[in-house]
Amino acid sequence: MTATLDILANPSFWAAALRIATPLIFGVLGALLCERAGVLNLGIEGIFVAGAMAGWLSVYLGLSLWGGVAVAALTGAAFGLLHAILTVPLGLSQHVTGIGVTLLATSMSYFGYRVAFPSVTSPPRITPFQPLDPGPLRAIPVLGEVLAQQTALTWLAIGLVVVLGYVLARTPLGLALRACGDNPAAVESQGLSVTALRMGAVMAGSALMALGGAFLTMSAFNAFFFGMIGGRGWVCIALTVFASWRPGKALLGALLFGAFDAFQVRLQTVSGGVAPSQVFLMVPYALSILALLLVARRADYPRALMQPYFRGQR
Amino acid sequence: MSAARGPQAEARAPARPVLSLRGITKRFGPLIANDDIGFEVAPGEIVALLGENGAGKTTLMNIIFGHYVADEGEVSVAGPDGALAPLPPGSAEAALRAGVGMVHQHFTLAENLTAFENIVLGTESLWRLSYGGGGARARVEAIAASSGLDVDLDAPVSRLSVGEKQRVEILKALYRDARVLILDEPTAVLTPQEADGLAATVRALAARGLAVIFISHKLAEVVALCHRILVLRGGRLVADRAAAGCDRATLADLMVGRSIEVTRTPRRPGGPPVLVLDHASADGERGRGALREASLVVHGGEIVGVAGVSGNGQGALAALVAGLAAPRSGRLEVLGGTIRAADPAAMVRRGVGRIPEDRHREGSIGRMSIAENLMLESVRDGAFQRLGFIRRRAAREHAEEAIAAFDVRCPGPDAPIRLLSGGNMQKVILARALERSPMLILANQPTRGLDVAATADVHRRLIAARDRGAGVLLISEDLDEIFVLADRIAAIHHGRLTPSFATETLDTRAVGLMMAGHDPTTQEPEFETAGGRAP
Repeated sequence: MTATLDILANPSFWAAALRIATPLIFGVLGALLCERAGVLNLGIEGIFVAGAMAGWLSVYLGLSLWGGVAVAALTGAAFGLLHAILTVPLGLSQHVTGIGVTLLATSMSYFGYRVAFPSVTSPPRITPFQPLDPGPLRAIPVLGEVLAQQTALTWLAIGLVVVLGYVLARTPLGLALRACGDNPAAVESQGLSVTALRMGAVMAGSALMALGGAFLTMSAFNAFFFGMIGGRGWVCIALTVFASWRPGKALLGALLFGAFDAFQVRLQTVSGGVAPSQVFLMVPYALSILALLLVARRADYPRALMQPYFRGQR
Repeated sequence: MSAARGPQAEARAPARPVLSLRGITKRFGPLIANDDIGFEVAPGEIVALLGENGAGKTTLMNIIFGHYVADEGEVSVAGPDGALAPLPPGSAEAALRAGVGMVHQHFTLAENLTAFENIVLGTESLWRLSYGGGGARARVEAIAASSGLDVDLDAPVSRLSVGEKQRVEILKALYRDARVLILDEPTAVLTPQEADGLAATVRALAARGLAVIFISHKLAEVVALCHRILVLRGGRLVADRAAAGCDRATLADLMVGRSIEVTRTPRRPGGPPVLVLDHASADGERGRGALREASLVVHGGEIVGVAGVSGNGQGALAALVAGLAAPRSGRLEVLGGTIRAADPAAMVRRGVGRIPEDRHREGSIGRMSIAENLMLESVRDGAFQRLGFIRRRAAREHAEEAIAAFDVRCPGPDAPIRLLSGGNMQKVILARALERSPMLILANQPTRGLDVAATADVHRRLIAARDRGAGVLLISEDLDEIFVLADRIAAIHHGRLTPSFATETLDTRAVGLMMAGHDPTTQEPEFETAGGRAP
């Protein structure tokens, strides 16, 4: 019990929680943007991999860090375009297409990595993003210390929560996107293009997902490994339901998962011999399932989620 | 153009037209959905567009509204200066900009947005930082007030009633300065009182210069409301005449092309009770539409109609009689036996014939053949199976007989049922329900979406079943249907059934009040005071 309290009282624990949450924030924002418009994007796991690989490789080949971020976002948008073409105008199954996109993006990234580095024993490294000085916020107790350990990408993620929340709630674009996910005929009847809105949302959402991947290779670590995404994309899909498709709650859900994960690592060192490490690794996922059980039963899915829309058809 | 244009129509349309169609032709493969259709609509005119299903009404409206592109012909809309300009084909946006507004039968509203948000959706640049600014709110409120369209603008659409949703749809069109308003079967979902309100609104809007196209198949309301009546049949415009002087029988003949008459024979009372509900309650779907302490008796040899706007507990009532649910409290007696547990197969064996509300979802299995669908309720009988193997030949022969007896137009017994038209699909379902000579028949919305001829066929079969001695529980939202068929009428409102009254003692107005939750017997004195005496 005291061990638990010790962990929770330590600012480094909360700093780790926020760091672990960052790629999830990007991912959940991306997933909820797609789903608010009515498209499920299971390409998320592969788009994470592609973003991680593309961003990191560009920096390794000489681009600036922000240049790498831009390349990652564009790569994500490109895979988003593929998913969007197949699911929106062509109306194919979003489940099958999404899993196909994940397999394609993952394999292409691994293949690209092997082509670029046919025989390396240790992965090539870059100089990643460094923690950003939070300025006057540093004076705040605990929180100041937590924020001082974060890089620019974490700040970007938090900023995007606010921006996306505002866009969805307050702007004409947000209205149109929300209507697309509820009743596309309502959008069409007002002279807007459901196809354009949905494709745009999927591309933008996929770009956000790719940023989550880029964070891993360019901020959390400094290299690209096979299997480094490790299901984070799937966690985001579940967190989207947990967040009821709201950016503010998405931030909360990601932080909760980050906290579980950071807690699990520290618990291993404190009480290492008690159980195999795999049990500890399981903790955040088991707790996520529990949290979902409590929330998802009442989940209010976008009504038109996964329903293709064709003009003039009722 | 038809030659049947009456003199009144000429007199009533002196102004320059606001909408003009010329030579509209649209083909889908070999089918000609619209064949050289042309007419004009003047400002302030209310024009009815009548026609059976498949007559080409929807196709024509979709062409005007830019969802389809016509193969030939031209749609023109008057600009603000009154000069007709052709509408670029295939663009809903262009139609909206030109001032054509359409209220679809299935509302095109986003339920997660408020009424106001639905109205301003798409009317401003998507890249603005906020919506509904620049006096939009004041404009919507002014339009709502001046046209009598009373709606709570800040309520999420999911919480609005059907009538309110329709008002939001009309506001959407008016907010975009519509000069032509197309209403697609607008009264199909309304109570008679709500329909009266809509008619008043339409008249007021037309008086201010709005041209209204009113699509319907309810002949009475069309004759009462509209100035001019267009009739489509088989894709062609067969009549264009003034509404004054039209009667229902003539219009029905024009729509169908031949006379349709359902003769109603007087009932023979005295049959045994076949369905008894005694303070029966049942749960609705997802906590909505529950049945509360309903009491009703249906005797053999009579048709009892249950009127009501959908979602008031009809689903729960139908589920009870179909054996899909058991009463939570109270008593349910079917053909002499008390029902305690839900068992649809036992209900069929007991002698209940079921015509479900949704023939696609509940009434049939789309990918299975007509023969297979016909034996769904009797597949365990020795006639169709031996040791668990289906006797294909018997099933086929049985299907061929049913197809002949019920006049199902189809490629053959092996055709998947989803290929059939609504009317023919319903005939298959009727065949399945009636061939076992059930003594209690549940007919839940038996003619929804069917055209005049198919409807008449269903009505004839139900009356024949009654004359054979069966009791029929008819659940319908269509009051005309209830008055044509039912011997006694009850209404359902918020899950409560009113007592039933003999059809001869009721009129539409009284049933409308019952549907809104009033007891017509207590309302009577009020009508009298309205006649003169001061309250």
